[in-house]
Amino acid sequence: MGSGPGGLQLSYSLSRLGIDHAVISDDPAPGGMFRRWPVFQRMLSWTKPFTGVERHERAYERFDWNSLLADEASNRAVMPALMDGTSYFPSRPEMQKGLETFAERTGIRVRFGCRWESTKVIPSPARGGGQGGGQDFVLTTSDGEYRAPVVVFAVGVAQPYRPPIPGLDQVPHYGDFRPVETYKDKRIFIVGKQNSGFEIATGLLPWARQLVLASPSPTKLSVNTHTLVGVRARYVQPYEDAALAGGVVILDTTIEEVKKDGAGYLVRTRNAAGEELSVPADDVIAATGFVTPLRDLPELGVKTFGQSRLPAQTPFWESATMQGLFFAGTVTQGAAGLKKHGIPSNSGAVQGYRYNARVLARHLAETKFGIPATRERLDAAALLPYLLEQVSRGPELWHQRAYLARVINLDRDTGITNEGIVPLQSFLDSAGGDAVAATLESNGQGNPYPVFYVRKDGSVAEHPLAPHPLLDFTGRDYQDELRARLEPVLSRAASPA
Amino acid sequence: MAVRDDVVNTIAAFSLFADLTGPQLEEVAHLFDESFFGQGERILRQGVTGSGFYIILEGTAGIRVDNVDRSVLKAGDYFGEISCLLGEVPVSDIVAETPLRCLVLPATQLEGFLTKHPRIMYRLLQGEARKLKNTTKWLS
Repeated sequence: MGSGPGGLQLSYSLSRLGIDHAVISDDPAPGGMFRRWPVFQRMLSWTKPFTGVERHERAYERFDWNSLLADEASNRAVMPALMDGTSYFPSRPEMQKGLETFAERTGIRVRFGCRWESTKVIPSPARGGGQGGGQDFVLTTSDGEYRAPVVVFAVGVAQPYRPPIPGLDQVPHYGDFRPVETYKDKRIFIVGKQNSGFEIATGLLPWARQLVLASPSPTKLSVNTHTLVGVRARYVQPYEDAALAGGVVILDTTIEEVKKDGAGYLVRTRNAAGEELSVPADDVIAATGFVTPLRDLPELGVKTFGQSRLPAQTPFWESATMQGLFFAGTVTQGAAGLKKHGIPSNSGAVQGYRYNARVLARHLAETKFGIPATRERLDAAALLPYLLEQVSRGPELWHQRAYLARVINLDRDTGITNEGIVPLQSFLDSAGGDAVAATLESNGQGNPYPVFYVRKDGSVAEHPLAPHPLLDFTGRDYQDELRARLEPVLSRAASPA
Repeated sequence: MAVRDDVVNTIAAFSLFADLTGPQLEEVAHLFDESFFGQGERILRQGVTGSGFYIILEGTAGIRVDNVDRSVLKAGDYFGEISCLLGEVPVSDIVAETPLRCLVLPATQLEGFLTKHPRIMYRLLQGEARKLKNTTKWLS
């Protein structure tokens, strides 16, 4: 369900594994939310044109946050070829074009204009001479019923949300933003101090007479958190304006009430010390976020949490409370992973969730459709350079730190095999033979650093390596340390019985 | 993950926040993230770095040391503070016994949070004192 980047990536990956599936979408064409937003028509995620890496190489994905993933070189790095070179942040139309181009080139088939209306679960019939006994999902749509043992919802976090503040339901939401010139010489009150609020404030700087942004907690900035948590650098100009007392006002207050006042509004606020302040404004905009449009899934048993009403998920993006029902795209941020040092995954953004979709396709192939993945054998002598190359240049590890890991099985009987990319949480919490999981991690204070989790005799030990100023972990020091860390398991796996 | 609107009402009943006014509760609630864990899922892992300070909103969790269940935590209880305060890895697993909804604060933010809210720090100290008393009783 869904034809945004998450749905497209999953469909591509399922097709590559030979899994029959249908994609349905309420939209008329590919792109999802990027067919409309961001309102100021430029992405927050970059695609670097010059990187020292060929664009068809896997390593280029680290610098290109916007292209979907393809196995064949000709369909990789679609975005940089479409961008006009004026910014390394693609425009919204360029992003939409990129997604349409990927879908067209890779032959993704979507039934557009097909509205999902309701969902039910029924016992599955016997298949292939079997007894049945499982369950099927039936989706009722505007084009009839679809029935399948597995459903994946890539529906975005796209339904405008307003917190229950008296009067806030009467004001426009971020998604209802008018043409910018209609805000000329007006006093604008923006409820919300995250990226959407600051995006609007940045766009209104040359138009508005006064801008006030308010929410209960202080603003975080991505340059301070060293993550995508917080307002991105593109949008901090209003923050500087406020810091230099240029006229923008940023308040850490609750919004008690929004009241009509003549042709405008009066916004009543209260800070943590209990002090009230009423602010007159010509326009009020609710930049208060979005929720996940799950329709009847909560009544079916899908548990949600947080302000965005994200579905709670297992490490492989299955509903934590409803088996067989999976998620893709930005909704996969509901599978939080370890959140080490408080740092979330990048599953909310294309550069993160495109890898989740590929891992999910393989997981579905193996666990639901009996299609085993190929696990290539590795030579013991090649293992250390391979692992250090992965933590230095493997795009999955760079974009999904402490969330996805490269796992190598170090089996005493069968030798060394490449398990592929796996959710780190799944590796840590599953039983298994001797193995190593390689990942990159950040602690919010400096450069990322490689971490190797070594499982020996059922117990896992964590081995962080030092960060490197040039982010290259392939040198002799790293080889020596990793050799020492792996020696206890490697010596037993290198010579299979 | 930003918290749901009902969190302020929920935490108003917790002893840790008993001294806060409405606006203070609102501010505090939005400093935390909200997390959800399925039944059987691990929240803290014995010996693994980078954990945080958790407060249970709904559900129950078990404290497991070296694969042995030791105690049960419920709504209003908190965990992870010892490893955050000492800057060390957790000495136990915390496992969701039921679907579990929590507030979470990264370890790096706990010191600033407690020093800014001395009444919460005092309530947390009372909680630690109770844990110490129970442990002493159990040992003797």
